[in-house]
Amino acid sequence: MTNEQIFEYALRIGDNALIYGQRLSEWCGHGPALEEDIALTNTALDYLGQATNMLKFAAEVEGKDRDEDKIAFLRDVPDYKNLLLVELPNGDYANTIARQFMFTTWYYLYLRDMANSKHEFFRAFAEKSIKEVKYHWQHSSDWVKRMGDGTPESHTRIQRSFNELWEFHGEMFLNDTLDEAAIAAGIGVDNAALKSEWSNIMYSIMNEATLTMPEDGWFHKGGRIGRHTEHLGYMLADMQFMQRTYPNSKW
Amino acid sequence: MNKADWPLWEIFIRSKSGLAHKHVGSLHAADAKMAIENARDVYTRRMEGVSIWVVPSNEITASSPDEKEILFDPANDKIYRHPTFYDIPPEIGHM
Repeated sequence: MTNEQIFEYALRIGDNALIYGQRLSEWCGHGPALEEDIALTNTALDYLGQATNMLKFAAEVEGKDRDEDKIAFLRDVPDYKNLLLVELPNGDYANTIARQFMFTTWYYLYLRDMANSKHEFFRAFAEKSIKEVKYHWQHSSDWVKRMGDGTPESHTRIQRSFNELWEFHGEMFLNDTLDEAAIAAGIGVDNAALKSEWSNIMYSIMNEATLTMPEDGWFHKGGRIGRHTEHLGYMLADMQFMQRTYPNSKW
Repeated sequence: MNKADWPLWEIFIRSKSGLAHKHVGSLHAADAKMAIENARDVYTRRMEGVSIWVVPSNEITASSPDEKEILFDPANDKIYRHPTFYDIPPEIGHM
């Protein structure tokens, strides 16, 4: 793989973590219970930490005198390469949990395979991050069961969340030419190969939670090549405000 | 207690192997499993622990402050219960 390709590949991972972490951090001070507020904010911090590691590496590979902060705060919407799923608004707590369960199930499988990468940095990143993600998965899968098998209200809400989010999961399992290059080089992960395992995990937890797994159908895609939903722009406006208004400010 | 609230749990953390679990605080959770997860997030964020115990707060029987005198005062004048009257050989070191 060329350095440009490795940079792009690193952005996809780093931007998932950055954008997802930023979204989850919106729950800070608004969690449904003090304990959940802390749990979700911890999770957000885990992702910001992963984003820092990965974007720092991306900056080194790029070699254009940008650091991880410049990459995080001084790009515009089409330059972000995260999955659409992670940029969607949080919605209610059921929606946040349903998304976390869908995303972390995929991400866990992805990191598990990435731990066999021939590339030293990606391998080390996967080995470190997977411990965090395993906990995020456990936290969200427990809540899926509690809500699904809880009251009629919680059941209705989390079922509705899965139904609405389902059309965003297909993108996780696409391989484009960049993925194929990464797979061929023994560096990256075969996304398509994770699909059946992901579906089995979804089915078994949702079944235990007395929920109905939605049918696969048409799905949104484009985040990984920079085509985003309207929501990302608003988030970046918030996130980048300080750095755009007071350039090069540090604290 | 409001019926809609989760029950209260007392949290004990062992900071490293060989030491005893120490009470660190309390939190709300729907059941023991959630209490452990919440304790992990609330009390072990800064590498404080290697093991967590959670105990329902209402399962703890506490001594009554009214009984303070009969429970504790009698020990006040019995300094001979401290092993301070023994000469400790220097090779033992600090005990």
